[in-house]
Amino acid sequence: MSIEAIIFYVFAAILVASAGAVVTVRNPVHAVLFLVLAFFTSAALWILLEAEFLAITLVLVYVGAVMVLFLFVVMMLDINLVPLREGFMRFLPVGIVVALIMFIEMVMVVGAKNFGVDHYGEGIKHAADYSNTKELGNVLYTVYVYPFEIAAAILLVAIIAAIALTMRRRPNTKSQDPAKQVLVKRGDRLRILKMAAERKDTAGE
Amino acid sequence: MKTVVNYFRSLMLWELLLGMKLTGRYFFAKKITVQYPEEKTPQSPRFRGLHALRRYPNGEERCIACKLCEAVCPALAITIDSEQRADGTRRTTRYDIDLFKCIYCGFCEESCPVDSIVETRVFEYHFEKRGDNIIDKKQLLAIGDAHEKQIAADRAQDAAFR
Amino acid sequence: MIETLEMGLGMLPEVILIVLKILLIVIPIMLSVAYLTLAERKVIGYIQVRIGPNRVGPRGLLQPIADGLKLFLKEIIVPTNANRFLFVIAPILALAPALAAWAVVPFGEGLVVADIDASILYILALTSMSVYGIIISGWASNSKYAFLGALRSAAQVVSYEIAMGFALVGVLLAAGSLNLGEVVRAQDGSFLHWFWLPLLPLFIVYFLSGVAETNRAPFDVAEGESEIVAGFHVEYSGMAFALFFLAEYANMILVAILAALMFCGGWLSPFQGIPLLEPLFSWVPGLVWVLAKTSFFLFLFLWFRATFPRYRYDQIMRLGWKVFIPITIVWLLVVGAAVLANLSPWFD
Repeated sequence: MSIEAIIFYVFAAILVASAGAVVTVRNPVHAVLFLVLAFFTSAALWILLEAEFLAITLVLVYVGAVMVLFLFVVMMLDINLVPLREGFMRFLPVGIVVALIMFIEMVMVVGAKNFGVDHYGEGIKHAADYSNTKELGNVLYTVYVYPFEIAAAILLVAIIAAIALTMRRRPNTKSQDPAKQVLVKRGDRLRILKMAAERKDTAGE
Repeated sequence: MKTVVNYFRSLMLWELLLGMKLTGRYFFAKKITVQYPEEKTPQSPRFRGLHALRRYPNGEERCIACKLCEAVCPALAITIDSEQRADGTRRTTRYDIDLFKCIYCGFCEESCPVDSIVETRVFEYHFEKRGDNIIDKKQLLAIGDAHEKQIAADRAQDAAFR
Repeated sequence: MIETLEMGLGMLPEVILIVLKILLIVIPIMLSVAYLTLAERKVIGYIQVRIGPNRVGPRGLLQPIADGLKLFLKEIIVPTNANRFLFVIAPILALAPALAAWAVVPFGEGLVVADIDASILYILALTSMSVYGIIISGWASNSKYAFLGALRSAAQVVSYEIAMGFALVGVLLAAGSLNLGEVVRAQDGSFLHWFWLPLLPLFIVYFLSGVAETNRAPFDVAEGESEIVAGFHVEYSGMAFALFFLAEYANMILVAILAALMFCGGWLSPFQGIPLLEPLFSWVPGLVWVLAKTSFFLFLFLWFRATFPRYRYDQIMRLGWKVFIPITIVWLLVVGAAVLANLSPWFD
């Protein structure tokens, strides 16, 4: 067994264990953190496959941004776990059947028959100066430029749709507009008057 | 037009740079920190520090136990007991000041008809045990004896304003 | 199995070399963090017409060591009902990415631990990781102040990361590479060839986002002592607290050195291309220039802190989303056009 294989199995074991923990731990915050660990270890596995751009982007986008927002939401929820666990035994048989069907379907689609090692042959080892980033960029902006742009447009539409669906202006809320506030100049609020000094003895009476 | 100028100015960070210029100038200004144990700021003759009980030049203590200071003390820090001596004068047997209660207002000094209780310029002192904060007559007289010259000079300087 | 062991033993010298390299970077960073705290107190003191700490050692030079010793000897208190594991692991999560990012930072021509191609991306990914230390510490402390600090920080860091990322996109457009060494080499020429000039808006946005990313004044609402005591680290004491400080200052130095590398020519001499001065200063090693430029940016951090009052939270968010991001997007288009047009002297 080579060093690389050992590293692979260590990371793979951590990945599987943390992925399992995501769905089994009771505390939702812990579950999110296990998911972060799972993303991180899978990024490490991708680095083993020389896909450093994908690996770093996974960390950057999922670990650095998406999961932070997940954590943000989950931390603010105050979930009472007891009602969620009611009827666990009642739904268990149905759940097992659905899970089994999905498992079989996935094995049929992504199993060794379609995605086995013999379909790909040996992975090509590249020299140290090989840039996975440049390679990906070349493919992405030439061969796959339309799918790439379409995916970007769909995502943009989704963002705007999400905002349009959830944004409502309530007429009688009193909220500040920081953009207006920072535009205020001293002259808008303050007026300095010139006036003659008053005598003390007459002012006192 | 004005808003355009304003936008441009805020994008240039003009006001922020002005602020940084101001603080940057003070970076090179002469520093005014007093290096305390080595350097000290001057004290006024009216400085109100640790208390003391004074004596007359013949060695007799001034305090006649009139208890005006005890009565005027806003923090109830002073406790006085008195007795009559063999020669018929009234003197204190106990004169305690709780320095934790004392607010150093100087009312006791002002109320004293014989200039006995005074506040000295001493302000560097500390307590190491619980209970040390209550100083008794003996300690107060000792402080007075130790600083009598300074105390007398300060009173003389301030006499015209009393 | 035996083969593996033999191979492992064969790699031993290499492993030792790597560990040595890591120590060679981490120890100077720790020392500069320690003395940055002293420099901060001195600089802010000077600006406030004070002289700052001067009691421990000559001119206060041993102050950071005294501070470190004090924190080291203090008890680490875990609050009741705090999540013990996460509470302890949070400072480590804050510090680890702050140190790991240094692996790809070049200190001179070829003076880098890991010369990887995607180094800008790597740094961006690791700096985005450091927010976990703050969020987890805030949540695990079981304290409302810490939690508020964590929420503020999470939103702030995620928003400013976008502006920062766009600014870095500009750099990689201009340099044509994600490798920091290549970025510096692309600025070769003279003082005016450096990227600060063609990328001036991106440079300013990058540095200000860097200030916001590291939760420094005037963007330090995560610890805003006047409204939420000390924010996310209110429940921490002793060494656990010190680790947050180490992380914050290590991140500051990182942002400063990156600004020096990406916009100010890194190890290139500022007198390059000037007839008389260039030979006069050609003996100065590149490391000195990098460190001098970094020190200047660190001084700016301290200067900002001594000058500006803390931003209000909603204004921070407005600045990030409505000012910085539009500016960067517009300037990215400008840079893209300039690169396509081979605008000299930068992009030819």
